[in-house]
Amino acid sequence: MDGISLLTITVLAVFVGFEVVSKVSSTLHTPLMSGANAIHGIILVGAIIVAGQAHEPLVLAVALLAVVLATANLVGGFVVTDRMLEMFRGRKRTESADKQKEDAR
Amino acid sequence: MTLLSPVWTALLYLAAAVCFILALKGLNSPRTARQGNLVGAFGAVIAVVVVFLSVRLDNIPWIVGAIAVGSVVAAPVARRVKMTQMPQLVALFNGVGGGAAALVALLELAHSSDGWMRVAVVFTLLVGAVSFAGSAITFAKLQELMTTRPVVFPGLPVVMALVLLAAVGAGAGVVFSGSQALAVGLMLLGLVAGVLLVLPVGGADVPIVISLLNAFTGLAVAASGLVLGNVLLVVAGTLVGASGTILTRAMAAAMGRSVAGILFGAFKGGSTAGSTAVSERPVRSSSAEDVAVLLGYAQRVIIVPGYGLAVAQGQHTAAELAEALEERGVDVDFAIHPVAGRMPGHMNVLLAEANVPYESLKEMGEINSEFKTADVALVVGANDVVNPAAKTTAGSPIYGMPILEVSQARQVVFLKRSMRPGFAGIENDLMYEPQTTLLFGDAKESLTKVLGAVKGL
Repeated sequence: MDGISLLTITVLAVFVGFEVVSKVSSTLHTPLMSGANAIHGIILVGAIIVAGQAHEPLVLAVALLAVVLATANLVGGFVVTDRMLEMFRGRKRTESADKQKEDAR
Repeated sequence: MTLLSPVWTALLYLAAAVCFILALKGLNSPRTARQGNLVGAFGAVIAVVVVFLSVRLDNIPWIVGAIAVGSVVAAPVARRVKMTQMPQLVALFNGVGGGAAALVALLELAHSSDGWMRVAVVFTLLVGAVSFAGSAITFAKLQELMTTRPVVFPGLPVVMALVLLAAVGAGAGVVFSGSQALAVGLMLLGLVAGVLLVLPVGGADVPIVISLLNAFTGLAVAASGLVLGNVLLVVAGTLVGASGTILTRAMAAAMGRSVAGILFGAFKGGSTAGSTAVSERPVRSSSAEDVAVLLGYAQRVIIVPGYGLAVAQGQHTAAELAEALEERGVDVDFAIHPVAGRMPGHMNVLLAEANVPYESLKEMGEINSEFKTADVALVVGANDVVNPAAKTTAGSPIYGMPILEVSQARQVVFLKRSMRPGFAGIENDLMYEPQTTLLFGDAKESLTKVLGAVKGL
């Protein structure tokens, strides 16, 4: 892709990035940070490409290290974010369970 | 041979990018947050599958093995980590992401002959390395492997300036020569800069730095996307960079700080004023039974939970105590400071885990005017977020941070492990006030004793 198209996409992505988080409450700051953290683990794609084109052992070793680190970022990031958000769901579930109990009465 | 045509590749990358945007959007509201995160993970899976199908790759067994290693290491840690230690885990994951971006750029240098391409390589190398080393230091601080106080030494600004100057020189060298050795040197300079950047940041400001480094890693990933000509990396990295910047500012605003103030405040010196003054003034300590009487015969109690509560895993006991008091007709609320715990929103997560009803969790703006109607403010394992020094002592490290106005309550009870100062390393004058009572001990044990005594009233 040519430079101008990439620049266009980059600039638009900046505005989308500003827009999607501009009104979030402080309650969700931590999960949001963690979720964004997981997303940049997508550097895994880059690491895979570099590793797939490596021909010297040293280059391959460094590239594989990048793959391991990127995977840790990506997988760990999404899992830990899910853990945090599980808590929010847990509360809702007990609320609805309480409601069911009331309904049953 | 590849299975996917360039058009399909581009379309699927677009789908993955849309998933990431929807993920961030979903994380805006508690109702959609969990699905949002899953949508993001789905996007990541699409992207990884696409790269295997669209690029001619050698060493595939090795790559799959490396992915397996990364997953096997990270997933169980993320599953099992205690919720209290989550901030440092996020820092760690952020750091390794930055490190991966820097390594990718280092290897791609050999394939980039274009000057602008090399500029992107230099940017990724430097920013990725800063993020890696900076995150490592924040990890060490949060894990309390090192002091949580700002670390400053004379001449730090000069050293920092020299390192950055050297980095600019090395960067220019890499752009013109494409030398791998210089690139490695640049990466090392980036590591040093990352350490120097985070060392002077102290105490409660550390989470904001994690968010900032998160944005840094995003930018490094975006730049590596430019190097590789991969649109998805550009979009995802830029999204994180931009949203991370906004988030960092929002967090800083919630604490009444400016980002520049946090990063450079300690450079100016004097910001640790008051931190060394450990006084021998008398305090009033009391027994669990006395505290139970105080709470049990109050009309309105406001509980201020802090990191000490979380660390002692006392959130469930706190929830039980609130329930027991409610049964006696006491009006109980939890006052949640935006940075209670270690990160914004951290305490909400911990109390939600303990099934404290959402309506009892009051945000600072909502509850601050109500402290004057409270009979007792029960501060459990919190310190800095109720420290009046934030309002009265200019030059204190937390000066300007909005605090919970606990001192306006008729009685203040601190449950504390010891007289040790809080994360910011400063004394709390409130503890020496006449209306204040202290109950020493582990937060959970103290709460259990108080709970037992309340039930026996």
